[in-house]
Amino acid sequence: MSFLAGLRYMDRRWIFLGVGLLVLLPLLFSFHIAPVQPSNRARGFYDAIEKVPEGSVVLLPGDYDPGTAAENYPMHLAAARQLMRRNMKIIALALYPAGPPLTDQVLRIAGAEYHKTEGVDYVNLGYKVGNELVMSQMGQSIPKTFPVDNRGIPVNKIPVMKGIQNFQQIRLIVNVSAGYPGTKEWVQQVVSRYHVPMVAGVTAVSAPEYYPYLQAGQLHGLLGGMAGAAEYEILVGAPGLATRGMDAQSLAHLFIAFMIILGNLAFLAGSKKGNGR
Amino acid sequence: MKREIPILITLVSGLFMLLAWFVPHPTVRSAYEGLQNWAIVVVGFTYVLGVANLLRINVRQVSRKERDWPYKIVLLAGILVTMAVGFSEGNHYTDVDSRFQWIYRTFYSPMTATMFSLLAFFIASAAFRAFRIRSVEALLLAIAAFILMLGRVPLGAAIHPAIPAAADWLMEIPQNAAKRGILIGAALGVMATGIRVILGLEKTYGGGES
Amino acid sequence: MNLHLSHDIGVWIAALLTLGIFSFLYRDNPVYKFCEHLFVGVSAGYYVVLTMISSVYPNLFQPMFTSFMKDYHWLLVIPLILGIMLFSRFFPRGDWLSRWPIAFVLGVYPALRITGFGQGDFVEQIHGTILPLWVPGSIGATIGNLLLVAGLVCTLIFFFFSKEHKGALGGTARVGIYFLMVSFGASYGYTVMARVSLLIGRVMFLLDDWLGALKF
Repeated sequence: MSFLAGLRYMDRRWIFLGVGLLVLLPLLFSFHIAPVQPSNRARGFYDAIEKVPEGSVVLLPGDYDPGTAAENYPMHLAAARQLMRRNMKIIALALYPAGPPLTDQVLRIAGAEYHKTEGVDYVNLGYKVGNELVMSQMGQSIPKTFPVDNRGIPVNKIPVMKGIQNFQQIRLIVNVSAGYPGTKEWVQQVVSRYHVPMVAGVTAVSAPEYYPYLQAGQLHGLLGGMAGAAEYEILVGAPGLATRGMDAQSLAHLFIAFMIILGNLAFLAGSKKGNGR
Repeated sequence: MKREIPILITLVSGLFMLLAWFVPHPTVRSAYEGLQNWAIVVVGFTYVLGVANLLRINVRQVSRKERDWPYKIVLLAGILVTMAVGFSEGNHYTDVDSRFQWIYRTFYSPMTATMFSLLAFFIASAAFRAFRIRSVEALLLAIAAFILMLGRVPLGAAIHPAIPAAADWLMEIPQNAAKRGILIGAALGVMATGIRVILGLEKTYGGGES
Repeated sequence: MNLHLSHDIGVWIAALLTLGIFSFLYRDNPVYKFCEHLFVGVSAGYYVVLTMISSVYPNLFQPMFTSFMKDYHWLLVIPLILGIMLFSRFFPRGDWLSRWPIAFVLGVYPALRITGFGQGDFVEQIHGTILPLWVPGSIGATIGNLLLVAGLVCTLIFFFFSKEHKGALGGTARVGIYFLMVSFGASYGYTVMARVSLLIGRVMFLLDDWLGALKF
């Protein structure tokens, strides 16, 4: 049996080791393979926020949890930074149970950098069970959907919530989403019905399905995965975790592409020799 | 009556929700809003039911000393300690220095993230062992995958600027067309199934024998 | 390489749990099983606390107990009863009662999704496909629009199973399959990116938060 044909029976733990090393080494030793170039979609996301008048009320739903934080957290933080730089009033919420602490962290970090005060410049309404039902009910009344914020403070006592009744007071939705409930539901329940402009930062797994929304004008910008987050970090002027991870991402992708080719060559070698299983 | 009443409840609530979407009258809107709040509350109770069921099943497995029963004790301890800490802190459970947030940062967050990160290894292994290019369709799939994998990372642009441009074109035109077809088809399916559920024609949810 | 180990006991516990779960890659073992069960337990407990304090209490109990007669809050007794009826599933003779709250939810959600999918995914997507098939001065945009419309039509024809895929219909469906394969390949590429990103996130935690070895 040739070496190539024999590879078909290779212990998969060697592949695991290869992936692990190709992710670990660039992070440990700072390779800097190539600079990150912002795409048109990231520019659309950035420009959509820049076009909103300063001081406007923006909704920032962070619909993700620690499982996808590696992709969503950098884009969430960069978005909070851009919004606060433009003195927007931020109403944040989460439709994933484990989302509110991540939203809290993002708002706290960005708020400290731009000297913003919780309650006055931003609020975290926290989590509400119900998925798209929450979005639909917010269309009737945001205060009745979220009677208290994440800390249990009645929203009618929070300055930034003054005058906020429903989506008519919201100038832009900046959604960071991991899947369901997320961007698709916001587009269906809110954008289509109330015509609020929206941009979305999503995980790479779900990004392809939102391209039709982008092309149809239902989304004004789209960030896909850690690469999208890295592009956006560059535009915001705060390269962070996502930008740092792109070298490891590049090498890992190359490795997986190589594995596909090697696997097929091994299969062909085994079939030709009549060693197929 | 055990079958008819649930079907009637679904019919009334579903039809009202559908029709109220088109009616801006304040009284109808108020009822629409109220019904949605009720649904939020009931869905909340379903989460509690799920965890109560988890407790019931694992307590039974521990009491009967079934397979892996010592690990079930760990599971039960996890549920009960987290709940006790969370409820004891009340509204302060979201404070950064609360014990509940410490449990979130120390246990929930890292374990969730690590569980998902295991997939990276398995996708690499599957790429080697299962991705077989044996037809024209599979070849098209593989070419698209290669272009995307290289085009969406900085390495692709470093090799040649045409790679990220090709990835962008692929996503904006052929991928978009197919995904849109899937979206439209799925939308038709969801609408048809939704109407069937509301009218009681779908009996899988409990209209039949339990 | 300089290491600056964390002094936070929580970070050390998180790091050890992370490595415990990664140990599954070598083989299934008691450490992984311990971590897995602990994860399920903590997650379940977390979800219950979140749901009760953030949703059930402010949307049900607080308005009921503080202003029962105002704004029709007394009607909240109905969802409370429906919620309690769910627990009849634990009693074999009474589990039929749990179908009522399930039926209620099953009326509300499909209705919401019918209108959401109808407007957001059906009408708007068809609207987005009404594109000029000749863009003066831009051959690229013309070809792109033609491919977009043709690709959509071919894909939709592929999903039409009421007639056998033969002749012209079969040929068009085949073209639809090619568009779908390109789309699946793109999805595969993005999925690879997603999975690798999550691993990068964990390795960054271990190198930065725990070992203090990450260079920026």
